[in-house]
Amino acid sequence: MGQNLIAIEGIAKRYPAKGGGETTVFEDLWLRVRRGEFVCVIGHSGCGKTTVLNILAGLDAPSAGTVIVDGREIAGPALDRAVIFQGHALLPWKSVLGNVAYAVASRWRKAPKAEIEARARAAIAKVGLAGSENKRPAELSGGMKQRVGIARALAIEPKILLMDEPFSALDALTRGTLQEEARRICRETGQTVYMITHDVDEAIYLADKIVLMTNGPGARIAEIVENPLPADRRQGAIHHDPNYYALRNHLIDFLVSRSKTFRDNPPPGYDPRHPPLVRLGGPAPEPRLPRAGEAERHLEAAAG
Amino acid sequence: MSLAVRLQALAVSALILAAFLALWQIGVSGTGPTQQMDPEYAKLMGATATEGKSAMPGPLDVGRTIWGHLKDPFYDKGPNDKGIGIQLAWSILRVGIGYLAAVLVAIPIGFLIGMSPLMSRALNPYIQLLKPVSPLAWMPLALYTIKDSGISAIFVIFICSLWPMLINTAFGVASVRREWLNVARTLEVGPLRRAFTIILPAAAPTILTGMRISIGIAWLVIVAAEMLVGGTGIGYFVWNQWNNLSIVDVITSIVAIGLVGMVLDQLLAQAQKLVTFPE
Ligand SMILES: Nc1ncnc2c1ncn2[C@@H]1O[C@H](COP(=O)(O)OP(=O)(O)OP(=O)(O)O)[C@@H](O)[C@H]1O
Ligand SMILES: [Mg+2]
Repeated sequence: MGQNLIAIEGIAKRYPAKGGGETTVFEDLWLRVRRGEFVCVIGHSGCGKTTVLNILAGLDAPSAGTVIVDGREIAGPALDRAVIFQGHALLPWKSVLGNVAYAVASRWRKAPKAEIEARARAAIAKVGLAGSENKRPAELSGGMKQRVGIARALAIEPKILLMDEPFSALDALTRGTLQEEARRICRETGQTVYMITHDVDEAIYLADKIVLMTNGPGARIAEIVENPLPADRRQGAIHHDPNYYALRNHLIDFLVSRSKTFRDNPPPGYDPRHPPLVRLGGPAPEPRLPRAGEAERHLEAAAG
Repeated sequence: MSLAVRLQALAVSALILAAFLALWQIGVSGTGPTQQMDPEYAKLMGATATEGKSAMPGPLDVGRTIWGHLKDPFYDKGPNDKGIGIQLAWSILRVGIGYLAAVLVAIPIGFLIGMSPLMSRALNPYIQLLKPVSPLAWMPLALYTIKDSGISAIFVIFICSLWPMLINTAFGVASVRREWLNVARTLEVGPLRRAFTIILPAAAPTILTGMRISIGIAWLVIVAAEMLVGGTGIGYFVWNQWNNLSIVDVITSIVAIGLVGMVLDQLLAQAQKLVTFPE
């Protein structure tokens, strides 16, 4: 408690299996996120990342365990947790302004129209879309749609921002720009963020802490890696940092090999209630460059 | 479509019409064999039998009749002789009332079915059973219980308009994208506001499709219904002209029915355009 804004306490998700019985997607998941922290979750496809995010959002309920946000157990979705959906989920019959204003009007129900519009316009300007207020989502590019999604989420000033692979459908250039803006905005406002990604570099650039999930079924949080890169790191220059390759190799190594074996052979002393916090850095460890194409192959597999 | 293609299409349409009218005129202008008969009987049979003139009127005859109707569409010379405009107005009025009543019933119930899997299951057997029944099969029951032929016709319109709207509304509401509903949920939007701000706009194109199908069916059915109940309306007019052996007026009515049906359909097509959103 105390500084912890989010406390995930022993949650599990089970689905009835086809031939009777149950499959456990994940179980005994514990995680604490501090106020103002930017957390990225990495894990193989199907390990349950989206399910955890939906539980945090209140859109889904865990089969066991609880989630505590700001000292209170959550019961369903609420305005203190904004979600940026993977498929942007804009309302196509509303304009950009209409989409953002809808969220603002839901947050401040009694606010006068002018104030709602002003807040919505401010949020749209913050993501660099001033001038496009009256466009329909269908008239926007993928990157612009995702910006509207970010504006809509930020406009309600949530305690927690939940993002499910927000940039994965974008081209590399747009993704880079949006990552930069997202990081700037979140740092300026001290936003607490819980984000899922498949992109190791994205996690390294954005996250304060990177949560590694093992493969399912029965997935766990294997460890939490602290980002050793300086807070004023710049997009496109992170790979010059002396700690960059150590961190990247650690993450890739986990995804490529350890994520499969971790569940059955946990390291001695592993306690799911307190997943080990890994600090890299200091004297640079033995550089282990991934074999050619290894990272890319892995990322493709993970994205599939 | 480019302007050139449109102009070409227009030209082809005009050509088809001209060819049709010409063939029609040629077809009816020949004289058939005449029979010897008693002069009294011949008088009764008219020119068709005595002079071998074709029973089918030609396009010129129809044109003249249409012109006559257009000059005075709303005359009223007693119960069996009213202008075609009055008759059409009666039919449109009946369709309008029956159709609006169906909208008021179908859309709320469709919402209920679409939002509640329980109600969907509970009501489905009735819908499946009643939907395939020809609306005219309700007519005797309606006449017996309502005891008013005009209102019975309206009831039949109501019944036949109901199903497409009900089914489309239920389908449209049930297939609103999960992610849009999740947006509303994360914003703590209440059920009533959600129904009006998310579900209604999302389902509107599907609902309008149902409404468009319904108006088409209603306009088909009103003619048959009015033939049965008689009194007024374009259906009655057609039947009455058939009894008068006035084929010219029958053909004129067919054209008029087609035109009104087209206008009704286009009105709903425009409404549909208004609520459709690009994705
Ligand atoms: N309704 C359901 N019934 C049964 N199993 C389900 C259901 N929903 C999800 N699952 C299972 O739960 C697991 C986790 O799904 P989830 O979407 O959370 O994965 P993910 O980690 O987000 O994957 P990705 O990286 O591909 O997005 C999957 O293996 C999926 O098959
Ligand atoms: Mg997912």
